Amino acid sequence: MNQEYIDADEKIDIFLVEADYALKYVNRGVSADVKDLGLTDDDMSQMYEYTKEVMTSTDGKIKGVSWQATPGLFAYRRDIAKEVLGTDEPDKVQEVISDWTKFDETAAKMKDKGYFMLAGYDDSYRTFSNNVSSKWVDDSNAIVIDDAIKQWVDQTKTYTDKGYNNKASLWSDEWAKEQSPEGKTFGFFYSTWGIDFTLLGNSLATAEEDGGKLEKGNGLYGEWAVTYGPQSYFWGGTWICAYSQTDNKEVIAKLMKRLTCDGETAKKITEGTQDFTNNVAAMEELANSDFQSAFLGGQNHLKLFAEVAKNIKMDKTTAYDQGLNESFQGAMKDYFNPDSKDVDTYEKALENFYEKALAKYPDLKKPA
Amino acid sequence: MAFGKAKRKSKMVSYAKWGYIFLIPFVAAFIVFQLYPLFTTFYYSFFEYFKPQVSDTFVGPNFVGLENYKTLFTNSKILVYLKNTVIMWILGFIPQIIISLLFAYWFTNNRLNLKRTGIFKSIIYMPNLIMASAFAMLMFSLFSNSDTGPINSILTMMGFSPIRALDTVGGTWGVVALMNFMMWFGNTTILLMAAMMGLNYSLIEAAEIDGASQLQIFFKITLPLIKPVLIYVLITSLIGGLQMFDVPQILTNGKGSPNNSAMTVIMYLNLNLTSRNYGVAGAISVFMFVICSVFSLIVYYFFSRNSASSSLRKKV
Repeated sequence: MNQEYIDADEKIDIFLVEADYALKYVNRGVSADVKDLGLTDDDMSQMYEYTKEVMTSTDGKIKGVSWQATPGLFAYRRDIAKEVLGTDEPDKVQEVISDWTKFDETAAKMKDKGYFMLAGYDDSYRTFSNNVSSKWVDDSNAIVIDDAIKQWVDQTKTYTDKGYNNKASLWSDEWAKEQSPEGKTFGFFYSTWGIDFTLLGNSLATAEEDGGKLEKGNGLYGEWAVTYGPQSYFWGGTWICAYSQTDNKEVIAKLMKRLTCDGETAKKITEGTQDFTNNVAAMEELANSDFQSAFLGGQNHLKLFAEVAKNIKMDKTTAYDQGLNESFQGAMKDYFNPDSKDVDTYEKALENFYEKALAKYPDLKKPA
Repeated sequence: MAFGKAKRKSKMVSYAKWGYIFLIPFVAAFIVFQLYPLFTTFYYSFFEYFKPQVSDTFVGPNFVGLENYKTLFTNSKILVYLKNTVIMWILGFIPQIIISLLFAYWFTNNRLNLKRTGIFKSIIYMPNLIMASAFAMLMFSLFSNSDTGPINSILTMMGFSPIRALDTVGGTWGVVALMNFMMWFGNTTILLMAAMMGLNYSLIEAAEIDGASQLQIFFKITLPLIKPVLIYVLITSLIGGLQMFDVPQILTNGKGSPNNSAMTVIMYLNLNLTSRNYGVAGAISVFMFVICSVFSLIVYYFFSRNSASSSLRKKV
């Protein structure tokens, strides 16, 4: 962000921010008010409310816009569902995982048949962390461990000890392998982009670049389905921000309008990539159409996404989220990991977390 | 050619000034990029000076005396990180020096007279040419926890059960040490070879005529004579080892897991730069400066107490 010493032509004009990082930029002078660029309330009327809320600065200006909304769902394997639960119907599967107690019971059933409920430690993290009742950092700059976060720790510890998960870390090789035909994991918490971007690629027997076709029979293509899962949540999302001193305002405004305000574009993106776009009208239209995802065995997953998207709240975000989420997950991994014998209690893991967190953010302090 | 005329007139030609002129680029770069930052590091270690995540401006610099040092020793596990760093360095250095001595001795031994050593010298140097981060990623994939990861596949094939190396303290230390060893033994071999080739061969010949075995020659002649180079290798490796960062950082994704066991001092320093905390980061740097100096001095005095030349002189 050291742009002040550069010529106007050389300065960046536009940049993207990820959800965890968003607040870091919103309340600082680096991103421009989109209304200054020429976007009107009318232009943005079809955007999901939370995508605007999160980018609104303390003085009420919207500092970035997104082409996507990222409601999360629980994606599960139809073949495992049939074997263990006797049905692969999304509605029926939803019944047995609709809250965390039922989710745990289903996990035990999976274990009995030799399957894992989840792949690893961090899989359900977002589902809990999006349902916190307090922010990571309170008004006095003290770190807050919310009950929902603690619940995630307890659940994951239990799952690890009982063998309900395969001890994988998010994004690791073995995590990806659990999504492949060789995997033994029932399901994954995934938001919109994850299904097309990650799950699809991981679940093929023959990858697309090796000549594999996107059709039933290639690995687990068509063997997946999605349902709501125990709690609504969102995961990720990317916003387009304009640099506050850009000299290309018109071009940026045009780009933003085209990508984020135009219903036709939104529909095209969704039809092309199955991503869920940030346009209520367009998404409702597709949700109520006969849109089908072949990858999800013919399910119209947009219907579920559109439902969850309405419930997304992003009012508990802080500028510290990315760093604290990362350090917390890292520290707790030592507690879950049975090979890490030195960290055998939650308190020890928590101490490690505080130490890292305070090193990263000297302005924060431990809770009293 | 006014310059030429002037030169002819003076009787003494001073070339010294050219020496100074040629030194200017280095000295200027040194002062700007090394000496000045060195002093500011010391200076800011006594100040509160960081940039909070939520603002565009820095807090400070406010003079806080020794507060940063106090924070360092009470709120952080800096001594644990120092211990980790030293352990991982030693684990890598011991095999490194043994193998390097052996290779250097073989490559320079006139009796063995090995052919095509050039190829070997190039090959053993190669791991050092790979970027440490790329190498760490490679090892991360090799030692993947997955039952079908490369190392685990080999283990399973040989009838062992798969391991989760990077989930254990020993495994993580082992992988870091292995990488440091592989990256640096080629370099050390070449340094030691240079030292051994510089030895006066007549000493070795004389020992042979006196009936000394190869082992005796190695321990009684070669080793004492290359001691200055050994000390150099030890001290440079020690300083490099104490500053260990890239390998464990990439291997553990900056977390130093499990249980901070692979967290080095410089990784902790890097963590403090998230909020550009120049105060605490300065204090860590000063701490490292002191530790490096003390360790180097200990090594230097310990090994040069009876240096190679004096011990030989005594015998003669």
